[in-house]
Amino acid sequence: MNFLILSLIKAAIVAFVLMTTLAYLQWIERKVIAHIQLRVGPRRVGPHGLLQPLADVIKLLTKEDLLPSHVNKVFYFLAPFIAVFFALIAISVIPFGTEINIGSFHTEMQLTDLNIGVLFILGLSGMGVYGVALAGWASNNKYALLGGLRSSAQMISYELPMAMAIAAPLLMLNTLSFRQLVDAQGGYSFGFIPHWTIFQGPFPQIISFLLFLVAAFAETNRVPFDLPEAENELVAGFHTEYSSMKFASFFMAEYANMVTVSCVATLLFLGGWQPLWPAQYGSNFVPTAVFIAGGLLCLYHGMNPARPFDRITLPIAGIVFIAVGAAFLAPIIGPILLPLFWFASKAGVILFLYIWVRGTLPRFRYDQLMRFAWTFMFPVAVANLFLTGLLVALT
Amino acid sequence: MDAILFLIFAGIAVICGLNLVLQKHPISSALSLVGVMGSLAVLYLLLGGEFISMAQLIVYAGAIMVLFIFVIMLLNAGTERPSRRRLWAQYAGVPLLAAMLAIAFYIIQRALPPSPGVHFGAFQHGNPFDIGIKLFENYVLPFEVTSLLILIAIIGAIVLARKEIN
Amino acid sequence: MPQLPSAAPLSWYLILSAILFVLGVAGFLFRRNIITVFMSIELMLNAVNLSFIAFSYQLGQNDGHIFSFFVMVVAAAEAAVGLAIILTVFKNRQTLEIDEISSLKN
Repeated sequence: MNFLILSLIKAAIVAFVLMTTLAYLQWIERKVIAHIQLRVGPRRVGPHGLLQPLADVIKLLTKEDLLPSHVNKVFYFLAPFIAVFFALIAISVIPFGTEINIGSFHTEMQLTDLNIGVLFILGLSGMGVYGVALAGWASNNKYALLGGLRSSAQMISYELPMAMAIAAPLLMLNTLSFRQLVDAQGGYSFGFIPHWTIFQGPFPQIISFLLFLVAAFAETNRVPFDLPEAENELVAGFHTEYSSMKFASFFMAEYANMVTVSCVATLLFLGGWQPLWPAQYGSNFVPTAVFIAGGLLCLYHGMNPARPFDRITLPIAGIVFIAVGAAFLAPIIGPILLPLFWFASKAGVILFLYIWVRGTLPRFRYDQLMRFAWTFMFPVAVANLFLTGLLVALT
Repeated sequence: MDAILFLIFAGIAVICGLNLVLQKHPISSALSLVGVMGSLAVLYLLLGGEFISMAQLIVYAGAIMVLFIFVIMLLNAGTERPSRRRLWAQYAGVPLLAAMLAIAFYIIQRALPPSPGVHFGAFQHGNPFDIGIKLFENYVLPFEVTSLLILIAIIGAIVLARKEIN
Repeated sequence: MPQLPSAAPLSWYLILSAILFVLGVAGFLFRRNIITVFMSIELMLNAVNLSFIAFSYQLGQNDGHIFSFFVMVVAAAEAAVGLAIILTVFKNRQTLEIDEISSLKN
């Protein structure tokens, strides 16, 4: 097919899936945090609150779009646009799986495979600071300005340990393109330990993984590092003066950044779409087993449910899960869906970790946050890079 | 296709450069400079320098200009007042600069041998592997000296900008 | 309407570099806010980077890329120290106009 049309179709599919993921990520977050706090979360809008993101979108779209008279109009409009633009464009270099070969049609599950993909993601996370800083400045409001400056200082402080934590596994894998990174993590040592970067010799990159996760929490302004934008500090920080669609843009940018760093952590440290144990020991049947088990559980609970309407929704969910599990065994689409399942489940584990930490930890004070970055994380990142380089050079 | 891309991004660079010189508020000038750097990064990609293009985005547009914007926001620099200099000095400067530009055009057109156009993908040595080899084999000494230079700059900046504790 | 060539010749890149350099000189000479003067210096450095990369394309070697990389590093160091000096000047003089920082004159 023509390259341009194929790229447009792939971009449309990726954009649609990303937007749906962002909306339902918020639903998952609200449900998980609710259950951590021993309550239930949204359950009125649709079965189990599944239509809550739709209701939120409608609310945000139909709210009055204020334009306060004291703001700097050019930057007020530009700031959420910049934040969303750089957050969404980062998804274009992330590979989701292997190639798709249906008959004579051949394409890869990635929008573009740059041979400098890692540098591209680093550059975009650096440019994302502008959205926050300009939002704080344009609002012409001392709380927003302080929040914006603090937030952008935090983001650039944590970029440095993040870049060094990325550089350490790159020393072992010797490439900057994401697809080659994942291909270099294939194979198994001793027959069953995968060659993921956190397990691979000469130096398993566990410290780098932890450093990257902590720095990613700070980069995306999530708890425990979300002082500059929390609602009970600093009057909601840099997005104080924003309402309706522009406010939604900032939230969309934050969740898109979360998704991007989860995908990058999966690709760099957890082996992308490589399965956990070799295929000859049956790892191809894991998604089928998981989905069919979930479906049977839903059907079992549908027999005597806790709430009367669950007599209808739980069996439907069970049948859907069993159908999806059977799809993994289908001849043509099975091998396409299988790497996608492993990638999505690993990224999903890291996203669940994000939500879990949000429900559990209190937040840092701002000076504790900056001191942590410069006096603890930066020396540890340097020492880790040095040690990795030494061990790679010696073997 | 290469010519169209060049014209678009060169146009953006020139417009942002003009905006930098003509705007009254430093924040608008700073954002115009970020626009220049972004369009130059795309032009470096056309010229085959992919590592340099990403380094421009990460270092220049992502770190140096953020520092500029922080300083402008912290100092709360307002718009400039109109100048009190004599007017003829201002009006004589622009034609002189235009003359300098015309001489530069002429020299470039005369001195450069005719070459085929710049095709995207014709230059293959801009990838990080080749740059790394060249950097660590031929240019090791400047590399180490610049690391010392950065260390001195860090110490200087910290000493100059810290608060006095009485 | 002259025919557009399929690929831009190298002289166009050097002309763009000259235009940006002249704009940087104009900003350096005409503006009176210290920070804008400093940003014009950065614009001149960027123009020179573009010439380096363009000539490196013509030569076929990537030495120009290495030089451009060093120019970027030196510009970063210079920006850090220069902005620290500007902060100190602002603390002592409470102004950012270069015409008023003239106590060493005459």
